Amino acid sequence: MAEKFREQTVIIRQEEISYGIYSMWLKTDKIAEKAKPGQFLSIYCHEGSRLLPRPISICEIDQEDRAVRIVYRVAGKGTEELSGMRTGGSLEVVGPLGNGFPLKGKKAFLIGGGIGIPPILQLAKELQCEKQIILGYRDSLFLHKEFKKQGNVYVATEDGSYGIEGNVMDAIRENGLDAEIIYACGPTPMLRAVKAYAKEKDIECWVSLEERMACGIGACLACVCKSKERDSHTNVNNKRICKEGPVFRAEEVAF
Amino acid sequence: MNTKVNLAGVTLKNPVMTASGTFGSGAEYAEFVDLNQLGAVVTKGVSNVPWEGNPTPRIAETYGGMLNAVGLQNPGIGLFVERDIPFLTKYDTKIIVNVCGKTTEDYCEVVQRLAEQPVDMLEINISCPNVKEGGIAFGQDPKAVEDITKEVKKYARQPVIMKLSPNVTDITEMAKAAEAGGADALSLINTITGMKIDIHRMAFALANKTGGLSGPAIHPIAVRMVYEAAHAVKIPIIGMGGISTPEDALEMVLAGASAISVGTANFHNPQATMEIVKGIRDYMEQYGVKEFTELVGAVDK
Repeated sequence: MAEKFREQTVIIRQEEISYGIYSMWLKTDKIAEKAKPGQFLSIYCHEGSRLLPRPISICEIDQEDRAVRIVYRVAGKGTEELSGMRTGGSLEVVGPLGNGFPLKGKKAFLIGGGIGIPPILQLAKELQCEKQIILGYRDSLFLHKEFKKQGNVYVATEDGSYGIEGNVMDAIRENGLDAEIIYACGPTPMLRAVKAYAKEKDIECWVSLEERMACGIGACLACVCKSKERDSHTNVNNKRICKEGPVFRAEEVAF
Repeated sequence: MNTKVNLAGVTLKNPVMTASGTFGSGAEYAEFVDLNQLGAVVTKGVSNVPWEGNPTPRIAETYGGMLNAVGLQNPGIGLFVERDIPFLTKYDTKIIVNVCGKTTEDYCEVVQRLAEQPVDMLEINISCPNVKEGGIAFGQDPKAVEDITKEVKKYARQPVIMKLSPNVTDITEMAKAAEAGGADALSLINTITGMKIDIHRMAFALANKTGGLSGPAIHPIAVRMVYEAAHAVKIPIIGMGGISTPEDALEMVLAGASAISVGTANFHNPQATMEIVKGIRDYMEQYGVKEFTELVGAVDK
């Protein structure tokens, strides 16, 4: 069983890196040491009327400094509260949670769309292979400069303000790219297109899914997805995104 | 100080248990909670065959609470007996199995399958608002409550707790009906049916449209219903509904609950159960209470 911890972390720094997108570094006790790319954290609000933890993916891990970084979009009152927190403040976190990406040494596409981009950064840092990083944005960019240190970066924006006008699939086609393995995280329509592409080209494909969660540790059965295999909890076809996921073989799950 | 509680002949080391559906069968939370410190673990509802549950989204946060419509996804009694009960018997805590079904026969089948198992009590869920058949359909009519209680009692080898729904006009009628049917104890309250709409997507927040509201927002309703039920019946009551602190738990006890269950609070604080065990002891020490049972219903004394 993968170890997870409930900790009072300390905010090392926080900044708004793009409109409504925040980057926060947290000092942890044991979480950073155990964390893997593609795993996530349950972040608890201070405001007591917001009961449920916010599941937020890990963007970077600094094991030496025992710190983890999250990059999140303000999407509601919980993340709005988070965005107002200051350096030195404490934040209750449970993690690391979920399975994370498998690290394989094949020529890879690392595909991130929108707020699905952050977990791809730590993956890019840990993968030892030829990396083609394809990032899709609506308009304004974030994290793209940090990706440039990790491999060849191809950008698509919906409004064409930067890189290819269109989406990540357009960027792959227009740049004539190919790969032996795909790792992807992003909005569902993007993941569907990536899955279809991987099937057509017969490429191994791993996707990171999200769903509304309550417990974050596999007990409440809120965040299931339809799976081909039977799940380990109920022995039906409902894998828990928080526990068996969030990363799945694309053909294994319906989304 | 003595925190022991006797529920229908079963002695719990303390009155704190987990509310069904929020704690699985304990395996996931065992990484955060020492199950040996709990009075009992109440499992997620188990049916005769595996249930897949409802489509997602199954959950939505609300102010001071949450809605769920998981729909009683569970592995069925076969796998449950093979895997979950052996896990729980490793711990020094009482095992209470929550039983769900679509028909009276379904409930009785599960109860029979548990007859020879090392299970301390059964909690019969006649109050789930999120399944189309069974569940709450048995819990909103006194006659139906009495009938299913009687049927289950015919097969049960362990004391039977009937879990009541708050989605009724008069909780005392349901409590009396369960007692008349032979129930050994009552659990209340289950969740309150609610709805949330996402105004930006112009859609229901839950795939099931409605869900069960739980969390601190419902606590005063639960305290009121426990108080009313405690005055209507002689059998012990397990109080639940929005308990997240020792203070919430003690309120419920003073209202008449012999034991309490912690549910949604586990999501907010995975160690809530243990903190409540400690908080109850601290309170007893502060007020010089030697026997926990002296506190039960003490608001009227």
